Amino acid sequence: MDIPYTVKNRPDTGLYNGKLGIWLFLASEVMLFGGLFSAYIFLRTGVESWPSGSEYLDIPLATLNTLFLITSSVTMVMSWASLKLNDFNKFKIYAGITLLLACAFLVIKYFEYSHKFHVGYFPSYNNFLGIYFTMTGLHVLHIIGGIIVIFYFWIPGAKMWESDPERFTNRIEIVGLYWHFVDLVWIFLFPTLYLL
Amino acid sequence: MSELTPEQVKNHIKTYVLVFVSLAFLTIVTVGISYLEVSVGMGITLALIVASIKGSLVACYFMHLIDEKVTIYWTLIATVVAFLILIFVPLSAILDHTKI
Repeated sequence: MDIPYTVKNRPDTGLYNGKLGIWLFLASEVMLFGGLFSAYIFLRTGVESWPSGSEYLDIPLATLNTLFLITSSVTMVMSWASLKLNDFNKFKIYAGITLLLACAFLVIKYFEYSHKFHVGYFPSYNNFLGIYFTMTGLHVLHIIGGIIVIFYFWIPGAKMWESDPERFTNRIEIVGLYWHFVDLVWIFLFPTLYLL
Repeated sequence: MSELTPEQVKNHIKTYVLVFVSLAFLTIVTVGISYLEVSVGMGITLALIVASIKGSLVACYFMHLIDEKVTIYWTLIATVVAFLILIFVPLSAILDHTKI
């Protein structure tokens, strides 16, 4: 039996099911990260002094990572647009660049974390580093999740393009929505933790 | 976004490039603000305003919220209300603590 409304929009919601599903998931993600931002405000306003991010963190590296993520967001949306234009080869190129940029983000994060551990800055060192590792660690897990899903649609899952191109295009749109959300979270994490 | 013609998609691509350039520029602006000699409160306000503009660009154009179905808007309105409550819980605790 076929799953209904994977391509056509449902008459009641005006959306295909996967799209409504990802937006509901993203709504829950807003609350997950919102809880952590709320904890950050609580911790920061509850003390007399709060360290500046630049005391512990590397701003140039984080700026580079920000540029990597926003570039990966545009390549992700370009991969979807390529499928809309029936250009599968361009989809492969853009999705591949997205994966590369996501991996570059992780490599930089690895250097950031390893440097901090090397000088003894663990999450238990103080509240700032505690919330820094919690928030960026959760974000890194989301990046890893995104890499796994994009990779799946880049190589093994791409076979669907041959059998059901519209459904495959919708799947890439859904992955893209998730990936843009991960970028969106970083857009707020970057100034909150590194610059303020 | 499923009923787009190839011409419309090509127009979207131009928008994506413009949004990307704007995001890169605003990232530099965000870093620049952190070096300004302003009070902590002003620095936080400016940085969050720029972050909100960047976030809106991503949501409106990359996530296509600017021309989405009303079902998604209602979902997001409910989310934003719940998010604001979550953010204002610690702020209300501060007001209580300082007896304002």
